[in-house]
Amino acid sequence: MLNVIWLALLVGSVVVAVFTGHTKDVVIAATDSAGSAFKLALGFTGIMALWLGIMKIAEHSGLIELFTRAIAPVMRFLFPNIPDRHPALGSMAMNMVANMFGLNNAATPLGIRAMEDLETLNTRKGTATDAMCMFLAVNTSSLQLVPAGAIALLAAGGSADPTIIVFPALLATTASTVCGVVAARRLSRMARFREDTQEVPEK
Amino acid sequence: MSGLPDLVSVASGAVFLSFLVGIPVYGFFKGVKVYETFVDGAREGFDVAVRIIPYLVAILVAIGMFRASGAMDLITSAMPTAVRDLGISPLVLSLILMRPLSGSASLGILAEIISSSGADSYEARLAAVILGSTETTLYVIAVYFGAISVNRVRYAVHAGLIADAAGVCAAVILCWVFFG
Repeated sequence: MLNVIWLALLVGSVVVAVFTGHTKDVVIAATDSAGSAFKLALGFTGIMALWLGIMKIAEHSGLIELFTRAIAPVMRFLFPNIPDRHPALGSMAMNMVANMFGLNNAATPLGIRAMEDLETLNTRKGTATDAMCMFLAVNTSSLQLVPAGAIALLAAGGSADPTIIVFPALLATTASTVCGVVAARRLSRMARFREDTQEVPEK
Repeated sequence: MSGLPDLVSVASGAVFLSFLVGIPVYGFFKGVKVYETFVDGAREGFDVAVRIIPYLVAILVAIGMFRASGAMDLITSAMPTAVRDLGISPLVLSLILMRPLSGSASLGILAEIISSSGADSYEARLAAVILGSTETTLYVIAVYFGAISVNRVRYAVHAGLIADAAGVCAAVILCWVFFG
């Protein structure tokens, strides 16, 4: 899909440029943008390093583990069909905590691990379980508490107050997560999806 | 209303600082060598920045060309004014459309918005809040389900996109309340 969008942007802009007479501007824009992309990444480096350093301390001090334990009651509510103390609960909690702290590099491997753990409870291979869909709904609703990437870009762009967006972003992402959870619960009960419901291993 | 942006600024700063200072303080009392650990983790920051360069070049060049071509004017004129009234500019709209597909691409669009409208503009703040309240839904679904060879994802895409739409709506309303 990204291939199509990217190619459409390139081809589309050349086609439009030919008709609007902006061909020269497009050539200049292409070279300038490539240069500014690199400068942007340089500005990004410092703040990214700061955040990753802090997160390493959170990891080593056991703060992330503490979070995993604190989140346990929520996990029971979201995934009622997963047996207590099943490894999937731990790996999903770890993934969610990593997501909350914006640790994308840690979140993806942990999330894949969680999916593998959930797959052990799946009685119909190749079809998603309710727990998997709920996990993905929570995951793709964005859990990140502090949007570090966006703040880094605002700061690099010379904002007088880059962290001003933290509070509204926290409220908005809470709203999206609640909607994602409600939507997943509702959708799982809809006739067109319900036929597939499984999870509790059939004997 | 004039006191509200200050309050937002203080609350946002407090959340950020509690992570920035609270975590090292907690770590110190837990016996973590905070300085060494910080440096160790921070070293990865360079790798992350380097890793996103190709994505930034790809998307910024495409968007730069797109903007220079005058195609944005076509979209602006085609966009219903009702959408504009919500504070959603053509670039913010492209961010909303690009967001489920690529995190690096949407970061690139935010960068584009910041450089064209300024880092303290309403547009940049709205885009930043949208970015913070949505996720690269289709990408995550493809990777996570791909890893366990599940092809029938049932309602996962529906739920993910509903959550993203809710995030965008909440961002538009909250930015209007806080920054409007």
